[in-house]
Amino acid sequence: MTTLVDTAPATTAVAATAGDHSVGRIAGESRQLRYLIGAICVFVIALMIGPILLSFMASIKSPAEASASPPTYFPQEISLLNYLKVFNYQAGLLTYVGNSLAIAAIAIVLCLVLAVPAGYGLARFHFRGKEVLFVILLAPLMIPYQALLTPLYLNFAKIGLANSHLGLAIVHAVLQLPFSIYLMRNSFESIPREIEEAAVMDGSSSFQSLRNIFMPLVVPGIVTVALFTFINSWNEFLAALIFMNKETAFTVPIMLVSVRAGRLGAVDWGALQAGVMISIIPCVIIYILLQKYYVSGFLNGAVK
Amino acid sequence: VSTRLSKHAGILYIAPALLFVAAFVLWPLCQLAYLSMTNASLLGGAEWVGFENYAKAMKDKTFWTALWFTTRYTIVITPILIGLGFFLALLTLRNTPLRQITRTIIFLPVVIGLGSSSLLWYWLFDQQVGLFNKILVDLHIIQAPLVWFTKVDMALIAVTISITWKVIGFGMILFVAAFQSINSEIMEAATIDGANYGQRVWSIILPLSVRTILLATLISAIGSMLAFDQFYIMTGGGPRGQTFTSVYWIYQNSFISFKLGYGAALSIILTAIILFFSALQVALSNRGANA
Repeated sequence: MTTLVDTAPATTAVAATAGDHSVGRIAGESRQLRYLIGAICVFVIALMIGPILLSFMASIKSPAEASASPPTYFPQEISLLNYLKVFNYQAGLLTYVGNSLAIAAIAIVLCLVLAVPAGYGLARFHFRGKEVLFVILLAPLMIPYQALLTPLYLNFAKIGLANSHLGLAIVHAVLQLPFSIYLMRNSFESIPREIEEAAVMDGSSSFQSLRNIFMPLVVPGIVTVALFTFINSWNEFLAALIFMNKETAFTVPIMLVSVRAGRLGAVDWGALQAGVMISIIPCVIIYILLQKYYVSGFLNGAVK
Repeated sequence: VSTRLSKHAGILYIAPALLFVAAFVLWPLCQLAYLSMTNASLLGGAEWVGFENYAKAMKDKTFWTALWFTTRYTIVITPILIGLGFFLALLTLRNTPLRQITRTIIFLPVVIGLGSSSLLWYWLFDQQVGLFNKILVDLHIIQAPLVWFTKVDMALIAVTISITWKVIGFGMILFVAAFQSINSEIMEAATIDGANYGQRVWSIILPLSVRTILLATLISAIGSMLAFDQFYIMTGGGPRGQTFTSVYWIYQNSFISFKLGYGAALSIILTAIILFFSALQVALSNRGANA
């Protein structure tokens, strides 16, 4: 069902290695065309990386220079005062980073605990109504979570989950679960039958086969689920804005908006850009380290 | 393992996920439908009012303005994302080191938060301290720094620029995958027959990417129809509430004005609109899978 897996046999490594049988080689580029493409690439790189570089440079300016009008492109002197300000902002940066990390960690655990067995059940067992149940599991894809936030908020407030890590983590798991189940199902399906048959011959129960035989083989799927859940939970904005309305419960994105609001209406631009840098650095590092998982996961879950 | 046992086991394995979806998606959806028939307030109290909220929504000018603004935003940004994504995929398709790096960097903003990128661009667009304005002035494109967020059309352009930067890598990757699945023999044959680059793009790559174009269009449409973060952060709904999006207006009603019942009715209307698009998307994905 669904997605682009079928259109993209090379999903695992589109960005990294596409093999040189790609359309480009056959296109037979002339030398001039190659130079032109190279020049456009450099221009595009500058456009894409520019905003992040400018923000980084603003974050290491002195607070006065960062708020100067007209602005400077490059810092006249390098200062870490903006970072210091963010570090000591209200309850302290560590509180907000801690909240974001705790929520992401719980969301990852929830997604894996639910999606790994579900993927196994869907891929490896035959029972009546399986297709219907699969569609129900993917239902959250079709219903915008933005619409569900009001009833979820009321329910959570009743049982004391408002302003709690667990409450927001549940919402983030709701967001991530369809993708996770879909991905885990595909992972389990791609394991050859013979491996399972060998386990049955040995007399393992289905749970033993899951734990001892399948789990090691679906590690790439598990990594991808954890990766996406982390990034999406770390970045999620609307639910965090609604559910975490107590200052000490803010996540990093909500803290940033609060930094911008500043005092007396004046925006502290340097501190704001330092905050932006802090919030994007984990995502950038993870992306660079795990690019292969990230891009293939994106293509697999393009339906989301 | 006996087949009978494994039948039950299969359901047992998916049961936790089913319960989770029932408790945190399906049940809240029912509650939402019920809420939409009441005048529930965040401050407490709720009475049954039937379809009154829906009748009110029909006459709510701000809601229709918000829905129309969201649609306009979707209509503006979707062709840009598709066209530019297609172009960038063509540009970086071949695996030379430079083009691989270009692809990696184009995709980079996709992984950072929409909140963070919106705050970054809010700063770049600022009239006093914004470097986007300064670059335009230094390049003599404009005379003096512009105020981007006090006019609807300017605000729409600014948000469109920032979101294009943020998500263009996604469209590009979809197209790269689609192009790479095109049989290279077809391209070779066309080249031997003397088709030039433009002709090959127009008569082979484009027709074979129709499904990806449709899929990318729907993904972009759904995402844009649900836009919130970028407008909340960059325009705050202003000027005079003209850049409220649908989700933003729902948030405003439910959590700022405390009118949960009315917000729920608006949510149901929005859900119906999104369901239409997602159903199309799933149908499209399935057709591709079966073909």
